[in-house]
Amino acid sequence: MIEARDVSVTLGGKRIVTGVDFGARPGEVAAIVGPNGSGKTTFLKALCGELAYTGTVTLNGRDLRAMKPVEVAVQRAVLPQATVLSFPFTVREVVKLGLVGGRSGALPGEDSRLPERALARVDLEGFAGRFYQELSGGEQQRVQLARVLCQVWAPVLDGKPRYLFLDEPVSSLDIKHQLIIMNIARDFARRGGGVVAILHDLNLTAMYADRIFVMHRGRLAATGAPQDVLSDDLIERVFDCRLRVGALPAGNMPFVLPQSAV
Amino acid sequence: MVDQSIAGQVGAMMTGEGDRSGRARLVIFLSFVVLVLSMLLSLTSGASDASAVRVIHGWLTGAIPVDAALAARDQLIVYDIRMPRVLLGVLIGAALAVSGAVMQGLFRNPLADPGLIGVSAGASLGAVAVIVLGSTLLLPLTVLFGTFALPFAAFCGGLTVTLLLYGVATRQGRTSVATMLLAGLAMAALAMALTGILIFIADDRQLRDLTFWQLGSLAGATWQKIGSVGPIIVLSLAAMPFLARGLNALALGEATAGHLGIPVQRLKYTAIIGVSAAVGASVAVSGGIGFIGIVVPHLLRLLIGPDNRYLLPASALLGASLLLLADAVARTIVAPAELPIGIVTAIAGAPFFLWILLRKRGVIDL
Repeated sequence: MIEARDVSVTLGGKRIVTGVDFGARPGEVAAIVGPNGSGKTTFLKALCGELAYTGTVTLNGRDLRAMKPVEVAVQRAVLPQATVLSFPFTVREVVKLGLVGGRSGALPGEDSRLPERALARVDLEGFAGRFYQELSGGEQQRVQLARVLCQVWAPVLDGKPRYLFLDEPVSSLDIKHQLIIMNIARDFARRGGGVVAILHDLNLTAMYADRIFVMHRGRLAATGAPQDVLSDDLIERVFDCRLRVGALPAGNMPFVLPQSAV
Repeated sequence: MVDQSIAGQVGAMMTGEGDRSGRARLVIFLSFVVLVLSMLLSLTSGASDASAVRVIHGWLTGAIPVDAALAARDQLIVYDIRMPRVLLGVLIGAALAVSGAVMQGLFRNPLADPGLIGVSAGASLGAVAVIVLGSTLLLPLTVLFGTFALPFAAFCGGLTVTLLLYGVATRQGRTSVATMLLAGLAMAALAMALTGILIFIADDRQLRDLTFWQLGSLAGATWQKIGSVGPIIVLSLAAMPFLARGLNALALGEATAGHLGIPVQRLKYTAIIGVSAAVGASVAVSGGIGFIGIVVPHLLRLLIGPDNRYLLPASALLGASLLLLADAVARTIVAPAELPIGIVTAIAGAPFFLWILLRKRGVIDL
């Protein structure tokens, strides 16, 4: 369980996140949604221990501030929005960096094969020998996800659930890979881990999230199951956009929803 | 792009796809062989006709030489002149190349080099201060540290510059290349100006001591000098491999390295102190020798990739070889006089640096 109580973050004298209560349970996908600049990423960075915050964050019952980086790294892995690499590493070398902490949780002897398996999961089989910098943005994002998966390969380690923190994991992906990545997240939760993901696509969110946390101007605007939270009212208030949940487009205007995937 | 295509061609020889560790081990082994050969070459060549082979043969067999006087002279030249010089060359070449590689990892930039960004200049300032003011203003330091006063002062000078530079050039885990190079330039200029003032007030005897600072040279290597800087360099080099994995993770950015469980602050300060100690000690005995720290890691990255677990030991071996070869050129090309080694490394290294700059013009936004 990841719990945040009354978490506030101030950056450069400006209050970005104010008094957010949050909880991510093992076995669940928790989605954070909200308009640009609503403090989603800043809040996630506080949850990761990357930014200083007030309030408390606990990871499996332990205060985040009292934990060493290596202890935190055993229990959760973080996928940032984008990663710029400063040297020409191959894809395999990048993915292997996920094993730096040495607690992937894979069976003994499996670690050396893990990069290939992780790459196969994100649909990048055969990319191991390519240079990271030569890949497209979406491919780079999937390489980073493979790295993150290596870090917490087993969703449960020593009887404790582990967590995936994903900051816009599908933002630069085509629809096929959006579904692949969200299914990986879903599967990680199904096997006992927990997922915290910042998402922009409300349809994907409704499809995959067990709980939604809606952020608005640095505060939590609503929280609950997708069917309870995603209402015409909330969307208008938070996103400043008059949309109708569940309304079909008029006439023969085509629309494609991820839920229609077979 | 060029290094990637070269690496791609060599990549065809890889066993596991994208896994360059086998090739890296091979390169490390070959670098070791090259280093042994360079050491033998340095030991056996020089301005005098002393035969190292004869001397070593004499040691090994205990044979009584035909011409005792000649043998004693040869032994003196080999044991007291060439051998310390070779060892010093190995230590300093390794220290400079590894320091370059570590700084590049720390600044996340292939252009960081102790000589280019003012660390060597800061170390020189510290060392010159001890030479000029060692018997007056800095007497306590000389009394306290004895023969270690010089390397210690050089270490402090290098450390000050590195810390300032890191503070100035790095914002939120991102190092601006332009800021780093320009701030390094400014600090090098300042350190050199202060060094200039010290030289201005130095007396004749001190001036003679100082002359080789401007040039950079392995001449004047003695066992005593090795005794005073050897332990510092060996200690800081021994610490570097422990930074390798952390530096690899740092290539993904400071935040991500932290998420992977790397204690980033500790890593950064260990790296900065280690680099300052190694560069300070090198500068203390040999003056500023440029470009080894940028040429060696760059060449190796083309061959084996940027994984610091292999890059650091390979840099140490290749840096040592390269400096020995440069020294061999320096002391034979105008024999019996000798060229300052700094000139040799600059003649070879400066065009190389320009070549990197031109190739990466698109990447480095200045």
